[in-house]
Amino acid sequence: MVRQFGEVLLAIAIAPLFAGWIGQCRAWLQNRSAPPLTQPYRMLRKLFHKDAALATDASPLFRTTPYILFGTMVLAAAIIPSVATDLPFARAADAIALIGLFATARVFLSLAAMDIGTAFGSMGARRDMMIGFLAEPALLMVLFNAFLLTGSTALPSVVESSTAHAFPIDPSLVFAAVAFLMVLLAENARIPIDNPATHLELTMIHEAMVLEYSARHLALVEWSSDLKLFNYACIGFALFLPWGIATPGADGSLALGVAVIALLAKLLVAGAALALIETLSAKLRIFRAPEYLATAFLLAVLGLLVHLLLGA
Amino acid sequence: MRPSNLIAELLKLLAASLLLISFAMLSRRRTQRLITLFAWQGSVLFVSTLLVAYSAGLTELYYSAALTLALKVIALPWILHRLIQRLGAQWDSEPLVNIPTTMLVGLGLVIFAFGLAQPISRMATTITRHTIGVALAVIFLAFLMMITRRKAITQVIGFLAMENGLFFAATSATYGMPMVIELGIALDLLVGFFILGIFFFQIREQFDSLDLSHLESLKEE
Repeated sequence: MVRQFGEVLLAIAIAPLFAGWIGQCRAWLQNRSAPPLTQPYRMLRKLFHKDAALATDASPLFRTTPYILFGTMVLAAAIIPSVATDLPFARAADAIALIGLFATARVFLSLAAMDIGTAFGSMGARRDMMIGFLAEPALLMVLFNAFLLTGSTALPSVVESSTAHAFPIDPSLVFAAVAFLMVLLAENARIPIDNPATHLELTMIHEAMVLEYSARHLALVEWSSDLKLFNYACIGFALFLPWGIATPGADGSLALGVAVIALLAKLLVAGAALALIETLSAKLRIFRAPEYLATAFLLAVLGLLVHLLLGA
Repeated sequence: MRPSNLIAELLKLLAASLLLISFAMLSRRRTQRLITLFAWQGSVLFVSTLLVAYSAGLTELYYSAALTLALKVIALPWILHRLIQRLGAQWDSEPLVNIPTTMLVGLGLVIFAFGLAQPISRMATTITRHTIGVALAVIFLAFLMMITRRKAITQVIGFLAMENGLFFAATSATYGMPMVIELGIALDLLVGFFILGIFFFQIREQFDSLDLSHLESLKEE
């Protein structure tokens, strides 16, 4: 139980740091002077100290949505085995329930965006739902690759059986990894689909939905989108780079220490890689997004085929 | 794990990445990206040939790996880059069918190729016999690319990618062809490529474009 709480607290604490690291790498790559690593924390502190302004037409749904978002993302962080596999929450829910959690968060955010009735909010909500319904099957297919390989739908057992295997890179995982990366970029409003740093309302997707939020509500929404990115990164590590995660057989505290250090190292590399991808690619037109996500889906299906036919 | 087992796993991984690169080539619109991907395909082929040569202990295969490196990773991509710069052809190459449909057709082709290769791979005795299906799929996908693209350059890249697939099929099914044949094919490829390069300029001079659909209007209706 202590481990479980420790893992969740770690996730909540370092999720903004991960976002800050990506921002810093992007700034370096684009020849700008980088903001400090603690910039997301400062932003959160500033927002928590402000007074919230609510639209006159806002319903309770609008006010409760930030808390629901934050709650679902924290719960997701508890399910994903980012540091250790023998967690009570991680055993309770499998990866398909995890996708359901992400979908819940998406539905609530979209409803809240439409609740106020501004044009930008509902436009952003519609776009986000379009991306979401295309990205979700692709993500499921990616997960099916891992499930097929290890014979279980629970992420902890996926991690355990792939760390036990001597040569963990199966050919089908190459396809799944590329598809997962594409889904990650699309789901977290990153550059080929959406630009997280945009100021132009007409091109926004995620930002358009949270335009009406301010102060502590906005802080929670921002924090939960940082957490979402962190969660996706941890799913990726669990599926494709499971080295270092503490398994039940290992020696307790030492293994945990190694796992935390391994997680930080992986996040460091993954953040730099994400920043590089975002700098190298241009934002797609919104009508190209279905094509992009269909490609991700097909790659994941191809992974399944390669696994079945290459006979691993 | 025994080294030969490890090599077999690595070869499967390389075969999968070869297939992945073929799909990436199908989904690219820009000619320049295609050339980069073609160079990547060549380098994967080079590494896999080296691995097969090492595991089978065949000196001939080392030569053909070196030939792959020189020709498909360095020379041909470089010449292609020069060519499209001289032609000013860094434009978008629009495929005939839209990309998701092309990918779906590609998926069907992969299934077909795997089905086709199953009896062959049962007869083969090499450690790479599982990858014959992948090699066939790469050939089919390159063929599909030649069919769906209109521009002359992308069709030539498809042709070269098809040769890559054939080469991979040869190494994975029978540890490569005799050296004389392989040299002959490499030379043929180079000569054919030069002739096609001259054709590019001729086509552009005649039609002010590299779009091959203009060639069809020559027919008497």
